[in-house]
Amino acid sequence: MRILVFAKQVPDTTEVKVDPVKGTLIRDGVKSIMNPEDKNALEAALQLKDKFGAKVTVITMGPPTAEAILRESYAMGADEAVLITDPLYAGADTWVTSMILARTAQIIGFDLILTGRQAIDGDTAQVGIEIAEHIGIPVIAYATDITLKDDTVVVTRELDNTYEVISTKLPCLITCTKDLNKPRYMRISNIFGCFDKPITILNNSILKFDKNEVGLVGSPTKVKKTFTKGPKVQGTIFNGTPEEGVEVILSKLKSEKIINA
Amino acid sequence: MIMVYCEQRNGEILNVGFELVGKAIELSKNLDGQVTAVICGHKINHLAEPLIHYGASKVVIVEHPLLEKYNVDAYTESLYQVVKAENPEILLLGATLVGRELGPRLAARLKTGLTADCTNLEIDQESKLLLMTRPAFGGNLMATIICPDKRPQMATIRPGVFSLPQSNKHSKGEVMLFTPRLDEEDIRVKVEKILQKVRKHKDITTEKILVAGGRGIGSKEEFKLLEELAELLGGGIAGSRAVVDEGWLPKDLQVGQTGKVVRPKLYIAIGISGAIQHLAGMQESECIIAINKDPEAPIMKVADVAIVGDWKPIVRRLIQKLKQTMKIEEEKIS
Repeated sequence: MRILVFAKQVPDTTEVKVDPVKGTLIRDGVKSIMNPEDKNALEAALQLKDKFGAKVTVITMGPPTAEAILRESYAMGADEAVLITDPLYAGADTWVTSMILARTAQIIGFDLILTGRQAIDGDTAQVGIEIAEHIGIPVIAYATDITLKDDTVVVTRELDNTYEVISTKLPCLITCTKDLNKPRYMRISNIFGCFDKPITILNNSILKFDKNEVGLVGSPTKVKKTFTKGPKVQGTIFNGTPEEGVEVILSKLKSEKIINA
Repeated sequence: MIMVYCEQRNGEILNVGFELVGKAIELSKNLDGQVTAVICGHKINHLAEPLIHYGASKVVIVEHPLLEKYNVDAYTESLYQVVKAENPEILLLGATLVGRELGPRLAARLKTGLTADCTNLEIDQESKLLLMTRPAFGGNLMATIICPDKRPQMATIRPGVFSLPQSNKHSKGEVMLFTPRLDEEDIRVKVEKILQKVRKHKDITTEKILVAGGRGIGSKEEFKLLEELAELLGGGIAGSRAVVDEGWLPKDLQVGQTGKVVRPKLYIAIGISGAIQHLAGMQESECIIAINKDPEAPIMKVADVAIVGDWKPIVRRLIQKLKQTMKIEEEKIS
């Protein structure tokens, strides 16, 4: 069985801060990490490999520095790593990104594709599902449990008010949540070896898109502007005894008509 | 025309559908004024009326036995056929978990762009394009996205972002029945079982008053005080991502970028520092009271009233005072 895992390198958004004076993002010194739920997808792939035997290929698209998460994947136990990188692809939105990843999957071949539910830098949760549509295979989103029997996968997933148990036949794509598993640590023995393992580079000379189909130009959506939210007008700050503090709260509750005056 | 997909569950339309119809009506004033609501299911004719009352000029009822329960394959194909037949300029969907699965599958099939989890929608006066604003980088940055060439312009919007419009029983509108061409073979994912979640708490997006706790609360046990306060005020409890990750509160009660977006009348934030991801989920609340020992915490900057201090003596005393006030009230009545 061949399993593809699509992973993304993202800035650790919990560490991104806004410059209060300039109102711009401070990205300096913010470390790049493997998107957390993509790591859950990789763990799910490795568990299936442990149980049934499989070849696990991790694929990422990004600048050459995105190689770091592929090395990490090797250290966790992946068998093969692919970096899709081409200046033509810069600025791709979710639709174009999923087109490129879909074509890559079709060239490599697969029985199962696993991705994270969403990436923490964009939180769109679109790319995995769109890959499935471009290839024309079934998709199951938000997996919290995956079991495999012959060519049938059974997935439990959580929706807003329900849990669903869904089955489908391979080949298919599953998007994984952090509730699915706890990703393993890198193995010391693998860490030593991971830097010697080959990384396959794919660019547009292999994927062969027309330059108008990809990157910023080919993307249906464009960013018109970005901005940081200005600070809200400061309310009252009260620094006194608890008794006085409670009086301030009570008078606010009265003026807001939450309790009777 | 603006089309709104209104999700129904067990024969009831989710509020987010009405919220989006309300917003679409507002947007359509800068366009041709037409708002079409779409509902999918089996035996759901009765759902057209409330949508007309909320102001939809037309309701398309997509009716098929295979649509009785939500299924991504059947629903994507049906909506695809409706969009191809009706050609909307704009298509809006609620960003429920179902909408966030259906939206991308449909957008990819329609070969158009999709902007997820928008927090604001406007029409550009000159170009008449839909301006879709959404948070990125965990809420640190806001981006306004356009979809200039492909149609429809698609967006998903979280429940509770827009307010519920006024319903008018005298509103009139057109109702159209649409039967999609669907085959059993089109449905490749099979729903084997549906289990209802057992909820101990009310849905926090509908609570008028929320008492929310963060890591500063200290432990799971200490939330009992917050529950007591919430109960006295007639509201519910909620929490930050940190307390959900700690396992002090269930995920359903998480407010923020990766949790729920809430806009209650009153939001009391206790021991929550106010990471940008949390603020993104609650800063539209009508009134915010924050209690925190750090006067520099970001939550204090968005609060209408910010109390600096150790939360426990303050909340204990507040509970005591509220009980006294209520007792006086009861005595007055009797």
